[in-house]
Amino acid sequence: MAYPIELILSRQLAECLGTPVFLTDTEGNLLFYNEPAEDILGKRYEDTGEMAVGEWGTIFKNKDDAGHPIPPEELPLVKTLMNRLPYHKTFWIESLQGTKERISVTSYPVIGRGATFLGAIAIFWRSSE
Amino acid sequence: MNITLWGVRGSIPTTSPNTRQYGGNTSCVEVDADGWLLVLDAGSGVQGLNSSANVKNSRIDILLTHLHMDHIQGLGFFGPLFNPAAEVHIWGPAGNSQSLRGRLGRYFSPPLFPVYFRNLTCKLILHEIGKSNFNVGPFAIQSDYVIHPGPTVGFRIQHKRGVFTYIPDHEFALGCNINDVKDIRWVSGSELAAGADLLVHDAQYTSEEYQAKQGWGHSSMEDAIQFARLNEVNQLLLSHHDPAHSDEQLRAIQNKLKEKHTTVAFDMAVEGSRIEL
Repeated sequence: MAYPIELILSRQLAECLGTPVFLTDTEGNLLFYNEPAEDILGKRYEDTGEMAVGEWGTIFKNKDDAGHPIPPEELPLVKTLMNRLPYHKTFWIESLQGTKERISVTSYPVIGRGATFLGAIAIFWRSSE
Repeated sequence: MNITLWGVRGSIPTTSPNTRQYGGNTSCVEVDADGWLLVLDAGSGVQGLNSSANVKNSRIDILLTHLHMDHIQGLGFFGPLFNPAAEVHIWGPAGNSQSLRGRLGRYFSPPLFPVYFRNLTCKLILHEIGKSNFNVGPFAIQSDYVIHPGPTVGFRIQHKRGVFTYIPDHEFALGCNINDVKDIRWVSGSELAAGADLLVHDAQYTSEEYQAKQGWGHSSMEDAIQFARLNEVNQLLLSHHDPAHSDEQLRAIQNKLKEKHTTVAFDMAVEGSRIEL
């Protein structure tokens, strides 16, 4: 089954961008991440290919400024997938290796022709950017 | 299943003697089987289709890939639309904010055309499609959006005798590097073309011309051949010929391409030719 052209073109745009971009289907499965996003995940798309939601969702922990874990339902991408609306939030991510980084995440739904919900895009803005 | 190519020229009809061999009429393909008639696009090639015995059918189905002028300019000259005994179904994509009827109505109204939609005397039924599956007589038809400016679909037509895929306007190269495809799901149109017995595909430009025309919605011939190879198509017809390409140029280009690409069976589409599956 081929992907809808809205996702194909989103991926192509992501491949051209210098900011980390994650592209998911409607369930949150990671269909694609670009080269800048590989640095955040600590993995290469060429090696992992697509990743199930349960797999990539555990690669890093999400914490607020006080160091408390953020429940998944408060994360922008999860909210976008649930509500089909754009969200933005700044928080900390901690990799499995213990590396911490403060990032801002902007997420928005991919709505195709006929108002078809096709997936979501999350753009990570690193504090140094 | 019989497939007759009535129009294989892209963008604008050409009437020069220099384009007589491959033909100058814009997109229109007749598909008939078991007494049923499908008309794929209604460019100026409709003029030839009017002479087909099949247009006397009591029901005719017109499948429009999109509503650019070279795909609908023959619609107002299609005889059955003015036949009160004919039932004509038009299948095509709607816009985001405008219905198929509203969009076609812009053509069927002054100043572009003197006859309004409401003045057509056939029994007219419109069907809005996108990513759709529908049946017409013996044909199981799949449509899906493909990369081209504005809402545009391609068609996969399955009949007991074979599969015919029609994607006359398609710039899949905007969405992928066709020479580095690791997963065919990321190639626009691949679901429609997979394993087709016959594929009629956009091939308006040479590779050199395409460099200056990226984003215009069309494919290079080289890319179209790669697309057919990746989708394991049996026979490819390169279509939507650039109006600036003469017969002599198309012949020379085809000869060059055939020297280079030996694993894909392909030819230039020729107006008036008939293929039986």
